Amino acid sequence: MVNFSTFGNELYTGKRSYDFVGYRKIWFLVAGIAVALSILIPIAKGGFNLGIEFRGGSEFTVSNVRTTDSSLGEKAVKDVVAGAVPRVANVAGTTMRIQTDKLTDDQTLQIKEGLTKAYGVTDNEVTSTFVGPTWGADVTKQALLGLAIFVGLAAVLMALYFRTWKMSLSALVGMAVTMFITAGVYGLSDFEVTPSAIIGFLTVLSYSLYDTVVVFDKIRENTSDIQASTRRTFAEEVNLAINQTLVRSINTMVVAILPVGAILFIGAGLLGAGTLRDLSLALFVGILVGTAATIFIAAPLYAALRQGEPDLAKQAKRVEHRRAEAAAKTASAATPATA
Amino acid sequence: MLVWLGVIIAAMTAVLAGGTIAGQASWAPKLALDLEGGTQMILAPKVEGGSGITEDQLNQAVAIIRQRVDGSGVAEAEISTQSGRNVVVSLPGTPAKETRALIQASADMNFRPVLQTGAGAAVPAASRTPDAKLPKPTAAPANSSDQNWITPAIYKQFEALDCDHPSQDKQQRSDPAKPLVTCEPASAKSPAIKYILGPVEVKGSNIKSSSFQLQRGAQGAVTNEWAVNIQFDDAGTTKFKEVTQRLYQFYSAGGGQTGSDPRAQFAIVLDDQVISAPRSLAVITDGRPQITGGFTEESAKALSDQLRFGALPISFEIQSEQQISATLGGEQLRMGMLAGLIGLLLVVVYSLFQYRALGFVTVASLVIAGVLTFLAIAILGWTENYRLSLAGVAGLIVAIGQTADSFIVYFERIRDELREGRGLVSAVQNGWKRAKRTILASKAVNLLAAVVLFFVAVGNVRGFAFTLGLTAIADLIVVFMFTHPTLQLLARTKFFGEGHRFSGLDPKRLGAVPLYRGAGRVRTPEDKPVAVVRAKNTGAAAEAERRMTIAERRLAEKQEQAQQAQLAGSSKSASKEGK
Repeated sequence: MVNFSTFGNELYTGKRSYDFVGYRKIWFLVAGIAVALSILIPIAKGGFNLGIEFRGGSEFTVSNVRTTDSSLGEKAVKDVVAGAVPRVANVAGTTMRIQTDKLTDDQTLQIKEGLTKAYGVTDNEVTSTFVGPTWGADVTKQALLGLAIFVGLAAVLMALYFRTWKMSLSALVGMAVTMFITAGVYGLSDFEVTPSAIIGFLTVLSYSLYDTVVVFDKIRENTSDIQASTRRTFAEEVNLAINQTLVRSINTMVVAILPVGAILFIGAGLLGAGTLRDLSLALFVGILVGTAATIFIAAPLYAALRQGEPDLAKQAKRVEHRRAEAAAKTASAATPATA
Repeated sequence: MLVWLGVIIAAMTAVLAGGTIAGQASWAPKLALDLEGGTQMILAPKVEGGSGITEDQLNQAVAIIRQRVDGSGVAEAEISTQSGRNVVVSLPGTPAKETRALIQASADMNFRPVLQTGAGAAVPAASRTPDAKLPKPTAAPANSSDQNWITPAIYKQFEALDCDHPSQDKQQRSDPAKPLVTCEPASAKSPAIKYILGPVEVKGSNIKSSSFQLQRGAQGAVTNEWAVNIQFDDAGTTKFKEVTQRLYQFYSAGGGQTGSDPRAQFAIVLDDQVISAPRSLAVITDGRPQITGGFTEESAKALSDQLRFGALPISFEIQSEQQISATLGGEQLRMGMLAGLIGLLLVVVYSLFQYRALGFVTVASLVIAGVLTFLAIAILGWTENYRLSLAGVAGLIVAIGQTADSFIVYFERIRDELREGRGLVSAVQNGWKRAKRTILASKAVNLLAAVVLFFVAVGNVRGFAFTLGLTAIADLIVVFMFTHPTLQLLARTKFFGEGHRFSGLDPKRLGAVPLYRGAGRVRTPEDKPVAVVRAKNTGAAAEAERRMTIAERRLAEKQEQAQQAQLAGSSKSASKEGK
């Protein structure tokens, strides 16, 4: 990678080129399978593992505790329900509040016992009750509504800026692929879906569109006077644009993913479950997939959508014609030449 | 530009310093519930009629509280239910008096006609009206504005009422069918006023919506007067029309603008207190009255909020209010910060590696973006009660990636221009022109997401949208006012201008080919040595080449070159090329 700038040069001039557009059927197939798996796996596993914030759960109140060490409460819950992510807080001096996922009656009794011992209190100083979701249906509804409005407006904005709805469509398809796969991987990880994870998904969503706009802007630039040129066909220009922005895509992805990766592997690795882990996993997967989706899905899809247009098909013929002539010239010269 | 950036930062610092000295702001950003803890309030919803609360009503109660809490900033409160009976609200820090009042704000809102008004203070015992002279009803009241409602007992109560020193004890809810003696608390603009009000005529639940805006003058031009608009539902419209028809008579009979008949007024009563008592200047037939007169933007918003939120048929009683500790230990925040710092360090190393000396520009830009964001968060924490949750901290760390992207896009464009053979100064200029478009278009997407989600979504999502928008704006400021001007300056230095090999802009490393090489030949991407093709195969090769895509041609070339290299007995160039 020492020669990253050389790599960049070659990509820029077209000396080195990866055929993203040409192999698009393969990418689309791969993406299709990945999306299908992302939908099927969570269904097979019985849906997402929603957190207490969405489903509500059990709450224990321990009064007159001797110590307000929250790790005692966490341990008492985890001893009974392995893998639980209890939220322990100290309320008004000597009362502890412990919230966890919905429990069976049996688990409730066991945890109650555990808490009694852990905090050294008597039986009747531990009470349990049911708490409703903090992220209820109304929050979800508003968030989805906001999302729908945003996606709609973003599509209009892109269509106006790029002067073609086909770019909007391609960008949205790329975004959808990113979202499905990110959600699928998250479902596979068995992490609880928490509000942090949702925030992560929203960040991924905006990152994915953002990344696509950057690459599409280069495509717009490269193809703006396509009709006047016989150097490359439309699909080839799109492919060149992807290659020319490849160094930027890689650099941006690395820079974005370094802090996220640090949080995911260092922070969450040391701390275990929690806000940081949920958020950074969603982001880590989303940034990787989002960058790839722009390159492999959105841009090739755009080329595919446009290249059938009569004007562009004619232009492609002209390019072919010009190349045939040039090749014929070379052949007739019959000597090694630099064209 | 650099100067302006300095001015912005200095101004923000000064604002924050001013706030800190005044004791209202602090240099550290405010932290949210998960990191700092706060206050937990358990509210018991009370439904009109006193029957038990249904699940539907409880959900509605949560929605009402959320609206009220979110309406007062972006503090990311947590609202939940408990045991299917109560609403639990957790707010970061100690809630301000206004927030508490808003949460508790009763839904018992209604409109009553005014019968009599008086100065707020209690009438001294000596000068009170003797029993014999007290007004006595002469007949049964014909309508709600009839002064026959004023019985001696009510008049006595009215005289004794002291609105300047209101008593704190909670009274029984008033009977909507009877007259009410009550106060309008003193405000910044007017002293306290006391009223005798007729029975309830229009209920708060008849309000469909309420808004506030600058009033329009007769010509449709916007004036400086703030106005509050109410919209009634059908039943409310019919009733309000009857009321204003009656009240308007008192208004015109009393001499219009200069008239002083209190019976031209109707009182908006919230929780048995008058929040406003406008005069009826016209008969309102369409159910859309507008209240004007002496509003500031804040007071108009406050009244509009009260009208809107008060119109819901549930009230709340605070059952307990307790301090609650942070649910995430300080350890989480420390680890998050540590991980973030390590990540940042990696970013610094990577950008220095990729962009050499230019990497320092990236790092400096990130630092400035960080300073701007920090100042903005601290100031907004003070003015808007913006609070940083752990998710917010992580969001800021993630924003590093998107902020750095603006620089990466820009630098890559400059490199592209250098590759075209331009000098650095013009490469910076041209690269900027192109990068600017890309940066603006892509940031517009982020800003759009931020604005839409901020206005539509609630709770955590709102907080997220705020952070997203904040970082996008900070990024735009930095790239326009720092990164670009700095590069313009650097392009003139010898180190960068001559493309030192550590500058990250060395034309040779970038493989620049002069743009013009005489005879009008402009370099094209195809401009490279074409592989030597043996003569007898030329025709077929040309045919094949025509049919190959770019990538296939490259591959063929590579293979050919590799072959030649092997023939020459050296595989060096092949391995380099084929990498």
